[in-house]
Amino acid sequence: MAALLVNDVRSAVKAFVLAEFLSGEDPNELTDEVELMTLGILDSVGVLKLVAFLEERFSVTLAPHEVGKGHLNTLRSIAGLVVAKRSSAHESA
Amino acid sequence: MNLHDYLARSAEARGPAIAVEEADAKITYRGLADLAALLRRHLIWLGVKPGDRVGICLQKSIDAIAAIFGVLEAGAAYVPLDPAAPSRRNAFILNDCSVKVLLVERAFEAPLQAELALLGCAPECVVLDEVGGGSGLQGAIRANQGAADVRWTPGLRVAASSLAYILYTSGSTGLPKGVMLSHQNGVSFVEWCLRTFHATASDRLSSHAPFIFDLSIHDVFVSIASGASLVLIPEALAKDAPQLAHIIAERRISIWYSVPYILNLMAQFGKLASKDYSALRAVLFAGEAFPTAQLQALHAEWPGARYYNLYGPTETNVCTHYEVPSPLPHACSQPLPLGRLCDHLRSVVVKDDGQEAPAGVEGELCVSGSNVLIGYWNRAEQTAEAFLPRPGRYYRTGDIVVSGEDGMLRFLGRRDRMVKKRGFRVELGEIEACLHAHPRVREVAVTTCADEANGIVITANVSLWDSGRMSVIELRKYCTGHLPIYMIPDRFNFCNALPRTGTDKVDYQRLIGEA
Repeated sequence: MAALLVNDVRSAVKAFVLAEFLSGEDPNELTDEVELMTLGILDSVGVLKLVAFLEERFSVTLAPHEVGKGHLNTLRSIAGLVVAKRSSAHESA
Repeated sequence: MNLHDYLARSAEARGPAIAVEEADAKITYRGLADLAALLRRHLIWLGVKPGDRVGICLQKSIDAIAAIFGVLEAGAAYVPLDPAAPSRRNAFILNDCSVKVLLVERAFEAPLQAELALLGCAPECVVLDEVGGGSGLQGAIRANQGAADVRWTPGLRVAASSLAYILYTSGSTGLPKGVMLSHQNGVSFVEWCLRTFHATASDRLSSHAPFIFDLSIHDVFVSIASGASLVLIPEALAKDAPQLAHIIAERRISIWYSVPYILNLMAQFGKLASKDYSALRAVLFAGEAFPTAQLQALHAEWPGARYYNLYGPTETNVCTHYEVPSPLPHACSQPLPLGRLCDHLRSVVVKDDGQEAPAGVEGELCVSGSNVLIGYWNRAEQTAEAFLPRPGRYYRTGDIVVSGEDGMLRFLGRRDRMVKKRGFRVELGEIEACLHAHPRVREVAVTTCADEANGIVITANVSLWDSGRMSVIELRKYCTGHLPIYMIPDRFNFCNALPRTGTDKVDYQRLIGEA
């Protein structure tokens, strides 16, 4: 599978979050640093939906310790996680 | 009998047995009793007197459990805080009940101190570098006091009627209010649990609910009273369904207690099928209604357990219980009943006109007995209003119920604007007061609707001074500075102006209808 670009992942996740959890929001307000979990934009069901989206869309599997604020709180960290997982899977393949 | 006597008793009988487990650490009954005694001595050295309040702002840990018992053994009352709540709210609570000492983790200390300083409140602080295994608490005491004698000594004699803990709940005026509970309140509840669920030394209980929540009274004290092992579930995993399922299986939990929301998450997302839950014998839930379809889904995965619906506000802890029949009756569209009154309490159902409602007639459930709170901290008027104007200290729950001929109680609704969100009490007025204080907000009305998948959904209907709409992200940032996360509205609905009734009041019914 081809390597993913961080920007592509970030835009896809941003579109998902806007559509699912922030309908009507000005997309410019959703910057890379907005704390999605801290602000309650992603509640616990939201996090599980996001994980399902990431796993399906990017063919990755998140480990239990990756499902939390440490990795899923901002668009930046989510994109970083997905790209890192894909490239390590890519190398070992 | 006092709450801390349970630890003394189990330390005598089961000293080397494991009392509390974290993910990577354990402590025996003897070890826990020693650590609690160390804190007790330190608190007395710091000047804590019987009746004083001690704040506990610690994450789930052996340190926190030892802190609870150490405070009680010093004759003081513990005031648990949610470390994740806004510092401003926590500072308000500490100042409101004027704590003498605060036990706090280093990571939460600075912002909390800054807010306390604004209020002119300066409790003595015992600062733990971190928590885990009890060494943080031990280290903090040694740093404050130098080497101390760790010899176990029995606790003070504390009257059963004295204050044991204060749990702050959402207040309709915009400020949290403190529910004062005595040793007797706690002990009578613990004894009822022991009679009803028969926990023994071979049980392994979960501690899922945070200490600010009265479910924790069951977890901590029933476990210690029965000489069982208490398995602490860290806050970080509290809503992680697959991890929770893993913990229940792997750690051989036998008695689980949480809000239905968490059980529902596990049924939906927990990937339950592949693990061994043979140890799980009792699943207790409280705090909100458990939709029967979701309970059925859970039951299909965990057929070996017995299920109990427990009901009661913080002011009384559990006052009714209902064991869910097994197998569940199919096509059960009716909500689960609250159940029957616990055997150590009395109740009446009171109609609007103040008369007692016979079976089949709806009214407010009022409860009397050894579980009923002392009162609200520093709020004499609210305390007076909380009781029926008749002898016997009948606490008015605010819940409208109907009783069957057989004493089975069913929940119909609330007398006021309090809702339960994931088991947490939320006064819609407190959210409105918060949003009203935002400079761009002209009007706000908070409404709720029930959502089959998510439970209660809270919507803030907002109109702005400069009309139009504003960024939901910006509003959420504002809310997180003032409200705990469970009180932040799920949805924001912007209107040019809120609908009004003929008498110019906000038309809540129309807002609910339009949602």
